[in-house]
Order: sequence, then C-alpha cells, then structure tokens
Amino acid sequence: MTQLDTLQATTPQKKKLHPRVKALLRPGFLLGFFILSSSILLAVFPWAFAPYDPNAFDFNAIQKSPSWAHPFGTDNLGRDTLSRVIWAYQVDMQIAFFATFFAMVIGVIVGSLVAYHGGIADVLFGRLVDVTITFPFLVLVIAVVAVLGPGLTNMYVAVTLVQWVYYARLTRAEIMTQMTSDYASAGKVMGYSSTRIIFRHLLPNATTPLITYWMTDMALAILLGSSLGYLGLGAQPPQAEWGVLIAEGRNFITTAWWMSLMPGIAIVVTGLGFSLVGDSLADVLRPRGAS
Amino acid sequence: MTNQNESLLQVRDLTTTFHSKGRVLRAVDGISFDVRAGEVLGLVGESGSGKSISLRSIIGLARDYGTVEGNVYWKGEDLLTQTDKQLQCVRGSQISMIFQEPMTSLNPLLTVGLQIEENLKAHTDLDRRARKARAIELLDMVGIPSASSRLKDFPHQFSGGMRQRVMIAIALASNPELLLADEPTTALDVTIQDQILQLLLSLAKDLNMAIVLVTHDLGVVAQTCDRVAVMYAGRLVETGSVRDVLKRPQHPYTLGLLKSVPENMPPRTPLYSVPGTPPALDALPKGCAFAPRCHKAEDVCLGTKPPLSVLGDGISSACHFTADIREEVLA
Repeated sequence: MTQLDTLQATTPQKKKLHPRVKALLRPGFLLGFFILSSSILLAVFPWAFAPYDPNAFDFNAIQKSPSWAHPFGTDNLGRDTLSRVIWAYQVDMQIAFFATFFAMVIGVIVGSLVAYHGGIADVLFGRLVDVTITFPFLVLVIAVVAVLGPGLTNMYVAVTLVQWVYYARLTRAEIMTQMTSDYASAGKVMGYSSTRIIFRHLLPNATTPLITYWMTDMALAILLGSSLGYLGLGAQPPQAEWGVLIAEGRNFITTAWWMSLMPGIAIVVTGLGFSLVGDSLADVLRPRGAS
Repeated sequence: MTNQNESLLQVRDLTTTFHSKGRVLRAVDGISFDVRAGEVLGLVGESGSGKSISLRSIIGLARDYGTVEGNVYWKGEDLLTQTDKQLQCVRGSQISMIFQEPMTSLNPLLTVGLQIEENLKAHTDLDRRARKARAIELLDMVGIPSASSRLKDFPHQFSGGMRQRVMIAIALASNPELLLADEPTTALDVTIQDQILQLLLSLAKDLNMAIVLVTHDLGVVAQTCDRVAVMYAGRLVETGSVRDVLKRPQHPYTLGLLKSVPENMPPRTPLYSVPGTPPALDALPKGCAFAPRCHKAEDVCLGTKPPLSVLGDGISSACHFTADIREEVLA
C-alpha cells in the first residue's frame, strides 16, 4: 500500500456539506422554513386541520373561553376560533402572494428597462418614484381602495399600483450597478440585443436583493392585508381573514380576548416565518464574497 | 479617401468629450489612423491619454456616457452614425473586443460553454449541436486543456489567464476581422502575459485578423505590433512602423518614453523620467499638449498645435521640430 492509499484509508470519509447548504442549517432558517411550510400546508388543506366548519354557528357555545373542545375558544356567534384562524391561512397566504407578485413582475421589468435605456423614460420614472414615496404607503393604498371599492381583488390592484414602484426602484439600482461591470460591456460589443443583455445577463445577477425584498414584502403584505381587512377595506366578513377576525373581536376584547388575540398571534408567527427565511436567503444568496 | 480599399478601419478626427459639472473633458482630441487587414496596431500612451476611450468610441460604447464626434469608417460605412441596433451585426461578428479585467468580463452566472455559444447563436446559423462542437473547437484553439469537459464550468473555476483565454474564444467565435484588445494582459502576471500575447498573435495570423492592441507597455509593442500609434493627452503624437518609431522616434514624447525604459542600467543609477505630469483634460494647452514638459519647446509650440505630418520614412509625427530631434537621436 502506498503512502497515499494509507492516508486515504485512515481518513474518515466525512461527507462535506456544500457551504450554502450548511448556511441553511441554522436555527433561524429552520424555524422560518418550518413556519412557512406549515403555513402553506394549512392554507392548502384547511379542512384537514380545522376541527369545525369555520362558518357554522353553535348557539350553545357562544364566546366560550379556550378549552379542549375549542382550543382557541369561540366567538359571539359560537364559531370555533381555531377553525376560523386556520381557514384564514388560505386568504392571508394568498394576500402574501398576489399582493406582491404582480408588483414584483411589473417593477422588475420597468426597473430593468429604464435602467438600461435611461434617457427621458428614466427621468420620468425618477419623478414618479419621488411622487409615490412622498405619500405614506398605507394612505395611498387606502385611497386607491376607496376609489375602487373594498374587496380582495381591488386590494390586490391597489397594492400592485403602489408597490411596483418600490420593486422598480430596487431593480433599477441593481441593474445600474451591474451595467458598470465589464461583462455588460462585453455583451454589448459582442452584438447581443438589449433584451438579451438585460434579461439574460444583468437581471440574473441582480436577483439576490430582489428575492430578499420579496420575502420581507410578503410579510408586510400580510400585515397590510389584515390591516385593510380590519378596516373593512380588504376581505369582507363572514370570510375568515385575520384582520377581519380581529375586527370582529374588537368589541369583546375585555370579555372574549381570545377572539382577537389568536388571529393576532397567527399574523405575528407567519410574518416572522417570512422574515426569518428572507434574512437567511439574503445571507446564502449573496453571490460574491461567499467563496 | 484614396486608401479606402486597403484599409479595414479608418478613424478620422475622432473626438470624444465628457461633460461633467460644467467642465468639458476632451478625452480623445481629433485622432486619425487606419487599420489594415491582418495587421497588429499598437496604441500606446500613459494612463489617461485616451487609449481605452478611443477603442470604446470606435465600437460605440463611449457614446453612452460621452459625446463622440468624427468618423469611423468600417468597410466604407460610418459606424458612428449607426444606431445600437444597426451595430449589432458588426459588433461581435466583424469587430470584437476583449477587456483588461478577465475576472469581471465574463458573466459569473453562466457557464463558459453557454457564453461562447451565445455569440454563435447571435451571429451564425449553426444549430445547437454544431454550436457546441464549435465551442469546443474554440476552447481548444485558445489552449484550454480538455475543452469539452470544461464547457460546463463556471468562470470562477478558471484562473485569470484561463478566463482571458475564454474571453478571446468568445470574441473570436464568429471569426471577426478586427479585434480591439483593451490592455488584455495588464491584469495578468508576466509569464501569462507572454502566453496570451503569443496566442493573440498566432490567432491573428491564422485567421487573418487585424488587432488594435491598447497597452502602456512598450515592451509589448516591440514584441507584438506591426505598427504603433503613440497617444498623449488625447492626441496622436506619432505613428509609424514599430521598427522605425522605436529606433528613430521623431517626437520628443516618444523619445522620452523610450529613454524611460530601463535598459542595461548599472545598479544604483537614477532612472530617467519625463519631467512634469500630463495636462488636465479640461484644460488642454492651446498649442502642443506636450510643450509644457518638452525640453525643445519654443514659443511656436505654445501657440499652435502641430499637425500630424508624414515624414519621409513611414513615420508621421506631430512636432514642430522633427528635424532637430532626428539629429539628436542620430548623434
């Protein structure tokens, strides 16, 4: 046996994890991942987890405090709060996705195009951004909902109308940074089309902050969705939505605290899940310097 | 334009200015030169003399952030009047460019194979399989061992020299007739520099490709170029065949540059350097840009800009006193 063979034979064959995989095995990410995946599970299969029909009245069990039969208690119409919180996952996870996704798609496309082509479009875009961020976000969204009328779809439209500007601004900044790099010039002198340079070369190199921002934004969208639901501008009762649930419990906060507290906890936990995953992805996806 | 037929690229009065906070910087100040098919032209000058900006102006990159005037004739057509869209069929297929920094000129997220095939996809009709075969052939051509297995590798898996080879492979994918090389060896260490230069030379010969090589290294020029153009403060001060210019420089600046190259120096001898610094680009002198640093300068130099005039033996020089310099060199 040669020296090398002995060396190999005696070295324990410890399987080395990819550094990025290793970075994901941290408690923060694992907790966030667990929360997010259970949230998605609850959102997709609420009937499998909810013990009662969320809209079924039970006049023998009105405003019962938490017990084994009703772990989260019941509301003023005898509906099971746990079941309503679980069914609300469906609505609120939808809000997290739809209130952010279209804004992101539009923002990314517009942001890349104005960054690359510059000129008058970029100037106009800059002014539009200035005007939009002058208004407090929630006020602007409420104004748009007030014009369109309350309801989930109108809320998505309102949020997209306002939120895409933030994505576009972020994308524009990232693309501008990428454009100074040599491979962008190289793509240009190789005679590639601008669409190709933007979407194949520049944008993939600019996704990291976008994904992180998207994750955080989904958490904020849930907060926003429940705020609007609470104000009666988002999801409409009797649909179970956390903001709606909190609003329903508002008048009974001194006698039936569980009606508002339980959906509130659901909001906090889900938001925490998104934030934890977002933060960990930010660390893991950082492309350079992670050698 | 009598010599339009023999020249591949004709640059006429190329002027690039940048406007910054009310100041006007003339980075390139009315330069004219020709590149013939298959020749290697060296563009030398110190930092900030406008070499790289000249190249970027020719290929239409500089106009994104500055004003480019003059004419750049490529096969009779003025590239400067063309839109980016029109330029797409010239760029990459007929004129290619490689950059100084091989570490950043490749897209870090795409495999090397994809990046080579991208050029082929844009400029040739080859199908997927033919593109792959050509990519392997190209990597092989630029001297990357086991080319077929390295197609799937990402840029970070290559060293600096290897990346510059990959860059060359991408640039040459569609058989360009002219390669603009912007200090392709500056970021590499000396042994690799030599390899890359030899590679460029042999490829230029095999493919009958012309090269404009921007460098600040006179050694590189002597080793590789057929003709040389010396730039100072955005102007051409001297052009001619490498042998003539390096042996019998007609311009005091070229002379100063050559004297600054340490050669057969006994130890502990002070090295020669041209006194002074180049002028600021927003305050170029009215006359000869080199006059403030020139030991020959007289009143005429400060007042009038010397034209680039053709001297007898294939050298053009922009100096009022070329005859005197010649005597000094010969003496």
